[in-house]
Amino acid sequence: MKQSLFTVISNRSLNSNVYKTVLSGDTSAITSPGQFVNIKLEGKYLRRPISVCDYDSESLTLIYKTVGKGTEQLSKMQKNEKLNILSGLGNGYDISKSGNNPVLLGGGVGIPPLYRLAKDLIALGKKTAVILGFNTKEEVFYEKEFEQIGAKVWVATVDGSYGKKGFVTDYLPDSYSYFYTCGPEPMLKAVYKATDTSGQFSFEERMGCGFGACMGCSCRTITGYKRICKEGPVLTKEEILWKA
Amino acid sequence: MESLKVNLCGTELDNPVIPASGTFGFGYEFAEIYDINCLGTFSFKGTTKDERFGNPTPRIAECPNGMINSVGLQNPGVEKVIREELPKLKKCFRKKVIANVGGFSTQEYAYTCEKLDKEDAVGWLEVNISCPNVHGGGMSFGTNPDSAAEVVKAVKKVTTKPVIIKLTPNVTDIVSVARACENAGADGLSLINTMLGMRIDLKTKKPVIANVMGGYSGPAVFPVALRMVYQVSNAVSIPVIGLGGVSSAEDVIEMMLAGACAVQIGSANLVDPFVCRNIIGELPSVMKKYKIENLKDIIGAAKNG
Repeated sequence: MKQSLFTVISNRSLNSNVYKTVLSGDTSAITSPGQFVNIKLEGKYLRRPISVCDYDSESLTLIYKTVGKGTEQLSKMQKNEKLNILSGLGNGYDISKSGNNPVLLGGGVGIPPLYRLAKDLIALGKKTAVILGFNTKEEVFYEKEFEQIGAKVWVATVDGSYGKKGFVTDYLPDSYSYFYTCGPEPMLKAVYKATDTSGQFSFEERMGCGFGACMGCSCRTITGYKRICKEGPVLTKEEILWKA
Repeated sequence: MESLKVNLCGTELDNPVIPASGTFGFGYEFAEIYDINCLGTFSFKGTTKDERFGNPTPRIAECPNGMINSVGLQNPGVEKVIREELPKLKKCFRKKVIANVGGFSTQEYAYTCEKLDKEDAVGWLEVNISCPNVHGGGMSFGTNPDSAAEVVKAVKKVTTKPVIIKLTPNVTDIVSVARACENAGADGLSLINTMLGMRIDLKTKKPVIANVMGGYSGPAVFPVALRMVYQVSNAVSIPVIGLGGVSSAEDVIEMMLAGACAVQIGSANLVDPFVCRNIIGELPSVMKKYKIENLKDIIGAAKNG
């Protein structure tokens, strides 16, 4: 974990309430895809945890939905404005488990952390399939970006207004070696039931600190209590207490 | 050279800065980012007789200048704390630590305190009497002078180390509870615990916190905490630790002027994990600014007469 100042490079909307903010700063604490950062915003007491979409040695890309005043404030930040950020938080995706042809399933604003994950898997020569789920056409983002890095991409919309009609789980490939997923909890539960390999899930919870101190985001797992911010946000299928 | 040293129930602390229970775990998460031996001491995560998962989530709600938590004393239970957490704590912290204890009956408090009292790493016991009394209709022990005194007596009977009672502000008259604890043999008091509060989500039209209500803390409660520290330290002769919304070196000094011999910092750790180290670093220059040579000398200086 590192606390440092980041500078806004660009800020733009991907659709009516999803924003992409690119920042420059020290990203050295980030060690795996699926980790998150915790952002201090002027006038807000608690930080805002947001998953890392992508990063390199000096820049950080965040994609998030404006769900309240904090994320709205973030979406209006101007170029060159500074943000105090805790980076390198949480236990991200373990790419060593992927096998040769993993599938990535993302729902809505759960999609961003899968982008860096797909990049890392493709860099390792893995044949990576990505299924992106949205409610409707207007919400679709990052389809092209996933294609550009060499992923095989399917898009599903619940109302059928774009791509295939239905849920991400309706379009699981016939064969895959492993899965990685992030999205709303009903989708995660559906993925849990529909998949026949092992895999990793990324969870969301209201957090106090984001680094394991307050026990605000605890959950029960098969292997005991876990903090979403510290042992999570990524948990393996074998740890989760849901029933298939 | 400014002196930051203070005395807590007979033991000298290098400085008055103490991370509060529930915001600092067992120390090792923070030891990864700075050397926590710079602290006066710290109060570890509230420990109960048995393991507790705590309350359902969401457990956290944001407020203007503060937060509500409803963690519900999640902890591995005293045996596991002694077996697994204290060895890890000792590796990163050389000083004596404050053992924070919760309980749901006087017997439970006594059981847990007796076990922790035997641990070398523990210098003080801090007894959180804000927990509901399961044999007393669920009312918090700390809201009634008699039930508070019962806990103090039960714990004092089975321990040798200084017993500090952590008081709840959710009472009509905190002074009467403080006096009852002193008369029952408490060696010190810490106050305030969180204030009962709640938030409602306008989108769902339901409480944000799964358990409906929780403890409000953060800078917003500082004036209330300061007032109670002032009242209590005027009324008792045992040491008082001040806490509640402390976030800066100036706040530490203000708490001490009100009568606190040491100061705990809670919520601020969750927002800025370096805050305690930074406050310790800033104290000498803030003392200089206000012409304070020795922190000990200002304890209770705001009192009349």
